[in-house]
Amino acid sequence: MQTYDLEENGLRGLNAALQAQNAETNRTRWEVVNPKGSHAIAVGLDAPIEVTVKGSTGYYCGGMNQQATVRVEGSAGPGVAENMMSGQVIINGDASQYAGATGHGGLLVIKGNASSRCGISMKGIDIVVHGNIGHMSAFMAQAGNLVVCGDAGDALGDSLYEARLFVRGSVKSLGADCIKKEMRPEHLEILKDLLERAGSDAKPEEFKRYGSARQLYNFDVDKSAAY
Amino acid sequence: MKDMDDQIPRTLPIQSATFTNPINAEIRRAAATGIYDIRGGGAKRRVPHFDDLLFLGASVSRYPLEGYRERCDTSVTLGTRFAKKPIQLDIPVTIAGMSFGALSGPAKEALGRGASAAGTSTTTGDGGMTPEERGHSSKLVYQYLPSRYGMNPNDLRKADAIEIVVGQGAKPGGGGMLLGQKISDRVAEMRTLPKGIDQRSACRHPDWTGPDDLEIKILELREITDWQVPIYIKVGATRPYYDTALAVKAGADVVVMDGMQGGTAATQDVFIEHVGIPTLSCIRPAVQALQDLGVHREVQLVISGGIRTGADVAKAMALGADAVAIGTAALVALGDNDPKWESEYQKLGTTTGAYDDWHEGLDPAGITTQDPDLAARLDPIEAGRRLRNYLKVMTLEAQTIARACGHNHLHNLEPEDLCALTMEAAAMARVPLAGTSWYPGKEGF
Repeated sequence: MQTYDLEENGLRGLNAALQAQNAETNRTRWEVVNPKGSHAIAVGLDAPIEVTVKGSTGYYCGGMNQQATVRVEGSAGPGVAENMMSGQVIINGDASQYAGATGHGGLLVIKGNASSRCGISMKGIDIVVHGNIGHMSAFMAQAGNLVVCGDAGDALGDSLYEARLFVRGSVKSLGADCIKKEMRPEHLEILKDLLERAGSDAKPEEFKRYGSARQLYNFDVDKSAAY
Repeated sequence: MKDMDDQIPRTLPIQSATFTNPINAEIRRAAATGIYDIRGGGAKRRVPHFDDLLFLGASVSRYPLEGYRERCDTSVTLGTRFAKKPIQLDIPVTIAGMSFGALSGPAKEALGRGASAAGTSTTTGDGGMTPEERGHSSKLVYQYLPSRYGMNPNDLRKADAIEIVVGQGAKPGGGGMLLGQKISDRVAEMRTLPKGIDQRSACRHPDWTGPDDLEIKILELREITDWQVPIYIKVGATRPYYDTALAVKAGADVVVMDGMQGGTAATQDVFIEHVGIPTLSCIRPAVQALQDLGVHREVQLVISGGIRTGADVAKAMALGADAVAIGTAALVALGDNDPKWESEYQKLGTTTGAYDDWHEGLDPAGITTQDPDLAARLDPIEAGRRLRNYLKVMTLEAQTIARACGHNHLHNLEPEDLCALTMEAAAMARVPLAGTSWYPGKEGF
């Protein structure tokens, strides 16, 4: 286990050390102490290592992650795991705005609640939120799965493309072109796998599926009132 | 009686200056279709521009440099503030961001070839970086856009600079729309979207709002790229003083200011013509902000929007810019709107020089299209050669003017080398009206 005191040694040294690891490294487990809400912790990683942050983080923790597993033993600020490509980012507490924004792949698990715009413009990432999510989540979401074990706020999935949204609780309102859809067996399989990987004991059958009505895919002036 | 009536002088038909033929045609088109006009390019209306400025040249008080004999340098370094590896360019004319998707693959390749041969940089666009573009561009600026289409850390690390796009001059405050006919299999895959849909590019970034957030976003990008490459911030010209100051505050190495004549692949005509300010009007406020913060020349300023000639380059630099970027002019150099395609332009209901329906993907010149047959019309090697030649001519023209003003480097051009032909240009450029020592707003008069 490598222990890195962020307060004492600084952000650049941490990210440089983590980014220097590759597939053959023996330094596979890292612990970051004294994060104290610092921004851009463990960004741009590209190796199968495990990084545990012992406390809460600021903006963009785990940003653009590839292969690595980043755990935050606290809450995460805005844009956690933004543009993640692969690997996992796990937040024990809550996450602020834009969690998983534009992510292309990998799994983001938020064990608490996520604020507004969770999964905005997601492009293939899987996101599992054990609690609730805020308004405008999955706005313009293109691909991937957003699983919400609690409730969703206003305008869920506004201007959605092909991402799948699964919500167990209530949805305050759906955004433009987002509709409730049939939960087919293949969706239950996807959900079962994601819930298991995210450590949730929720049952797939308890969820409803939402997706794009695909009515706004090509501009039609007669539908301009939808915007 | 009839004969007498014929002899009475008649009132000539008078066309309205308000309801002109083009305006009336647009009203009729809107009434017929129910949708606004979408087109490519930048503002077409007449606005104060570099043509409204003149260089004074050397006189008794200044002596010129000998043309073709005395050296006049043109090099520029961008990104000297924080980046470990600033970009070194041979000439201060760069190629602005234009996407693969909006442009064909051969067109992007030609831009890379031409820019590289001329010793300057080219820039990606919405949709990410293609291997061909990276391969043919010796210096490539990677745009970081609100859509984040194709954004990934591997390409980010291949870039020679990163340009965070906040806005562009053709549509400050607006996003983009790549219509379905240009979403080919490859474009769709790069953007993670279904083929054939109208692809919307967001108007604001998904994970930051405001300059305080932007500062943290820049920190993240620098951490991911080991602080190696410069980070530009590109804004559409609207409030140039404050936007420049805030970009500096956020940590930019380079500010790119794009005036309303700067082109776009596709946007509403009403947006292009009625939002944003002319390129000429944004330079001095931006420079003023840099000077007030004590970072003029430390944070470089790149100006774009309607740059066409070496004279435009020289004028922008005399007003304080470190470099310029060209988009539309580069496309023309490649072959856009070439008269040889006139018969095909006419079939599309337009004519040479006016073709701007770039969003439709039917470009006879094979530049703004994803149609493989049309795209094959553009030879990227020959088009790249034309772009290189054009860039070299612009540079020679700018050098000619600089020498005439007595400067041995384009960066030594200064506002005192200029005068204005109109009150508007004098006010915007803050240089005296020709033959006077006064410009509107100058104190002491």
